[in-house]
Amino acid sequence: MKRFRAVYIIWLRDLKRYFRDRARIIGSLASPIIFIFILGQGLASTIGQNLPVGGGSLDYKTFIFPGILGMTVLFAGVFASVSIVWDREFGFLKEMLVAPVPSWSIAVGKVISGATIASIQGCIMLLLAPFAGVSLSPLIIVELIPTLFLVACSMTGLGVLVASRLKSMQGFQMIMNFIMMPMFFISGAMFPLANAPTWMDTLSKVDPLTYGVDALRGIVLTGIPTRYAFTTDIAVIALLSAAMVAIAISTFSRQT
Amino acid sequence: MSAGQSIDETVRAAEAAAAVEGRPPASAGAVIEVDRLTRKFNGFTAVDEVSFSIGRKEIFGFLGPNGAGKTTTISMLVTLLKPTSGKATLNGFDIATQQDAVRQSIGIVFQDPTLDDQLTARENLEFHAMLYNVPRSERESRARRVLGMVGLTDRAADRVETFSGGMKRRLEIARGLMHYPHVLFLDEPTLGLDPQTRSAIWEHVHELRAEYEITVFLTTHYMEEAENCDRIAIIDSGKIVALDTPGTLKHGVGGDIITLRSADSAATVAELKEMFQLEAAVKPASADTSGPAGDRIYLEVPNGRTLLPQILKSLTTEILSVAVREPTLDDVFLGLTGKQIREAPVDKMDAMKTRIRRRRSMGGHR
Ligand SMILES: Nc1ncnc2c1ncn2[C@@H]1O[C@H](COP(=O)(O)OP(=O)(O)OP(=O)(O)O)[C@@H](O)[C@H]1O
Ligand SMILES: [Mg+2]
Repeated sequence: MKRFRAVYIIWLRDLKRYFRDRARIIGSLASPIIFIFILGQGLASTIGQNLPVGGGSLDYKTFIFPGILGMTVLFAGVFASVSIVWDREFGFLKEMLVAPVPSWSIAVGKVISGATIASIQGCIMLLLAPFAGVSLSPLIIVELIPTLFLVACSMTGLGVLVASRLKSMQGFQMIMNFIMMPMFFISGAMFPLANAPTWMDTLSKVDPLTYGVDALRGIVLTGIPTRYAFTTDIAVIALLSAAMVAIAISTFSRQT
Repeated sequence: MSAGQSIDETVRAAEAAAAVEGRPPASAGAVIEVDRLTRKFNGFTAVDEVSFSIGRKEIFGFLGPNGAGKTTTISMLVTLLKPTSGKATLNGFDIATQQDAVRQSIGIVFQDPTLDDQLTARENLEFHAMLYNVPRSERESRARRVLGMVGLTDRAADRVETFSGGMKRRLEIARGLMHYPHVLFLDEPTLGLDPQTRSAIWEHVHELRAEYEITVFLTTHYMEEAENCDRIAIIDSGKIVALDTPGTLKHGVGGDIITLRSADSAATVAELKEMFQLEAAVKPASADTSGPAGDRIYLEVPNGRTLLPQILKSLTTEILSVAVREPTLDDVFLGLTGKQIREAPVDKMDAMKTRIRRRRSMGGHR
């Protein structure tokens, strides 16, 4: 347990900063809300109740709700990992690097704190469930929270991996724009992948968010057939998270 | 928080082991031992085989112009940078192989600020204490103590972003003391501070040594500051060109410097040569020379205070004014490297640092 002391310290600091920054909490909820109410509402009025999903049909807003959860976690997780770039630029990273703590604990601490923050954001989004025509039972919520956290870990892991290699803010934003948007759209968050062209289908298989959205959809929309089995989704996400954290750790440990 | 104990135990055990092996125990001899430490960046040698040792409770200064290799040397000693070659021990621990023990033994104030300015002063200290295994029961009392020392007690609950540059610097020094380090590194602790804050920081440094019995390793390019140190290493282009007490270094220049103004410079110079076998240098008053116009006659003599009355008694030409001053470290640096420390070229790195500093002090947004 002693070894995780530094992880806890980093987590505590990041959460303190998060709760202090109201603008950030509200700001990062803006785009998911826009997606549900504007895009969701807009497309729902065209497609209406008739989105064909696995034999039946669904309201479009309902269909995208798990996807929006995935998006929230993706954006919040990646945004949280930007703090590494800030810490580097504003020097605080040095304070941690020179402390007598194992260097892996910095990467792990950042992933866990980022994932916690992203999960909190995801949970706030649950308040919008009624507007999307989704009813949440306590059981669903109990299943949802750890799943959100795991998905958040993979997204933050990716962010930390990129951030640990980058020295500048601009570079980070560039790369993340390149990665985040395609990741989001190809994941099946906004439309079913069943009829997608082959290239998109292939890309979606290497997109960690595909498995995240699939798992979240399976939990939230009970009875809807999913692309993969829940256990497959979870296994893939866990594996990807572990791999990304491992690479991020090795970047941090490399003393120059 | 028993992790702290375990590292402290490691430190103690290694100190005991060191004593058995015949090395001086950490409480006696040298606390930092550096042997031909070298660091290259893609073929460019930033630190070139520097060797020195620093005793316990010593205030040791690294004096050198921009780009001399001061920060690079510190980075290696605090285990943030791997040496290309050479060895160093700190508090008896090898900087290459016993990093955790080295880190637990040191406190550092980096050249650039490293505070979390979204947190309060007290929170910054608290996080630091946690990172360094300070027992929970002691965190508060230590924070109070160090805050008192740097005069920030009444700002403890304020966010660091509301602090002035000098206050941030003082807070960083306080933070470096939270875990009672054996050695405190201060990389240009007073850069960009006003003279008042600068002398306050120096007061702290001397207090620290008295109160915490710590060794202080600092870098500076202010000559006046270096004179506060017990010993100084003058470093230029990665090499140590001199290492001694400020007094001895200045003595090495050759004594005092006498400046005369006379009604007839040429005659005076001739007389000085004839009567005292002294080579005088005549320089016309330049734009930056203060005082009345006219040539200045410079003399370097072993003991100006006793020689000057004799000179004045013997000279027949009319003397308008005289001044005697002891050599400064500026004169030492000039003598050793042939350039003035302030005139040393400001390289790109430094221009960049200044820019970053300026941006930071303007409060970059997050
Ligand atoms: N990471 C790096 N990569 C390449 N060169 C470097 C790096 N760090 C330092 N240098 C070079 O090494 C030399 C010494 O730099 P260092 O920062 O140690 O100087 P310094 O004595 O601390 O100067 P200053 O007074 O400006 O802080 C400089 O020429 C610098 O350009
Ligand atoms: Mg420096």
